[in-house]
Amino acid sequence: MEVPILKQGHYLIASIQSALTDADLSQLREALIERVGKYRSRGVIVDVTALDVMDSFAVRTLRDIAHMARLRGAETVIVGIQPEVAFAMVQLGLTLKGVSTALDLEEGLAFLDRQARERSERVQGRNPRG
Amino acid sequence: MAAKGKDSPAPAQLDPQATLESTAMLLRELVAHLRQNRTQLREEWARRITRAQLLTAMTEEEIFAEATSVYDNYVEALETGTFEALQAYARNLSERIIPRGVETHEVVGIVLLLRDVLARSLFGKYHEGFVQERERIIRQQQEAIRELSTPVLQVRERLLILPIIGVIDPQRARQLTEQLLRAIRTNRAKVVVIDITGVAAMDSNVANHLVQTVEASRLLGATVIVTGLSPEIAQTLVTIGVDLSEMATVGDLQGGIEEAERLLGYKVLPLEEVTPKA
Amino acid sequence: MAEELLVPITADVDVVSARQKGRELAAEAGFSSGDQTVIAAAISEIARNILMYAKRGEITLRTVMNGDLDGVIVVARDQGPGIPDVARALQDGYSTSGGLGLGLPGARRLMDDFDVVSTPGKGTTVTMKKWRRRHA
Repeated sequence: MEVPILKQGHYLIASIQSALTDADLSQLREALIERVGKYRSRGVIVDVTALDVMDSFAVRTLRDIAHMARLRGAETVIVGIQPEVAFAMVQLGLTLKGVSTALDLEEGLAFLDRQARERSERVQGRNPRG
Repeated sequence: MAAKGKDSPAPAQLDPQATLESTAMLLRELVAHLRQNRTQLREEWARRITRAQLLTAMTEEEIFAEATSVYDNYVEALETGTFEALQAYARNLSERIIPRGVETHEVVGIVLLLRDVLARSLFGKYHEGFVQERERIIRQQQEAIRELSTPVLQVRERLLILPIIGVIDPQRARQLTEQLLRAIRTNRAKVVVIDITGVAAMDSNVANHLVQTVEASRLLGATVIVTGLSPEIAQTLVTIGVDLSEMATVGDLQGGIEEAERLLGYKVLPLEEVTPKA
Repeated sequence: MAEELLVPITADVDVVSARQKGRELAAEAGFSSGDQTVIAAAISEIARNILMYAKRGEITLRTVMNGDLDGVIVVARDQGPGIPDVARALQDGYSTSGGLGLGLPGARRLMDDFDVVSTPGKGTTVTMKKWRRRHA
């Protein structure tokens, strides 16, 4: 099942709608990476609200997405991890270390905006008005 | 918001049915005790609030009036078995008094003092005259203390406080984690302060739970600040391989709440207003 | 009342199917939503193992009653290459980077009882169980 990917300005938003097989996850990874390159996106949000289980393959794939997106200049945020899924994940020993997470789409967008702002401030240097 | 679970964890060795019944009975006795001693327990609580220099923005009469309301609500919550009423009240309370200059940590402080007053009273009552059944009673006391001790408090927007006191066994730790994670989602919390000042000791099992709780909270986008870490517990964490420099810890609950508020931008102007336009 | 389900594992859709059925069974047995998720995750790991290393196999899901305990029993069987050193496979720290591993230590952490029988060249059977105390 293909995951719909929306382009919102400089961001890509992938909303997972239902349980995904390993093949679906791999396909999502490929699709996102391709689009990040094509649109020169600055941010990627993967919404996993609908996933009721996240196992090692899912976590590995999300980590791969984040890594590859970063190589192409985009920040990734995973949003919508359910409380029980989070609990099962940490018991399994999967922590998504190094990958940003946020509560939901709204928070994810706010996070990316903040990142973009901070990045542009760094690039522009100090404002003399301070 | 987190609600107290209806099912009490049954100790492995005892008959679950009987334990449930005796816990329910203990709770009834406890409620009766709290009603009987209402006057003196409220007075003691109000006294300790004043002695701890909390709620200095209120007069003694006002403190006593608020103490009465919260106390009665608390006993009722114990009786009916839901903490939602109490948490709703605590939230209203903080919304009413915070505009008058009362700090968040004061609200939390007074709730903790209430628990302490009640816990001491409970120990006092059961200490007399139960010599033969000491073991069983102590276990039941601990159960009652646990029942008293762990709602997840929301006193500020996006900030949750989880003060833990007493004995934490793995099962309870698990329940706490599940409650907290659900509360993070429901309240869209960005910062959580877990206070373990009241936890005397922690075995590596429970310490692991604490670490898992911190990690799981992060997956939900929340930052966790652990406060009240004793040197002994810090040692336990290090022993199980926790990198304490990775875990945000602050000495005491008050400091933790201040740090949380800073993170949330309460004391500092929000970034949008300060950042100069390019 | 015991129930038994057999899920053949031959394609990655079966991994999804096995964990969903496991979740449903756990729900019927009265497990909390959190525990259902945990059981589903453990099944997912074990089912994927079958696919990756043995290419095909089967998972049997069963509910049982044992005194005042209700349980879910998962048996994963394959006739694959087998695991040469089970003890080591169970030991290898499941790296927190989620690196390639048999997923056994992770699944074991999630379940209450966990048993692996494997003969190189013949196959592997993983039996895992989760229990809950039935409340009045």
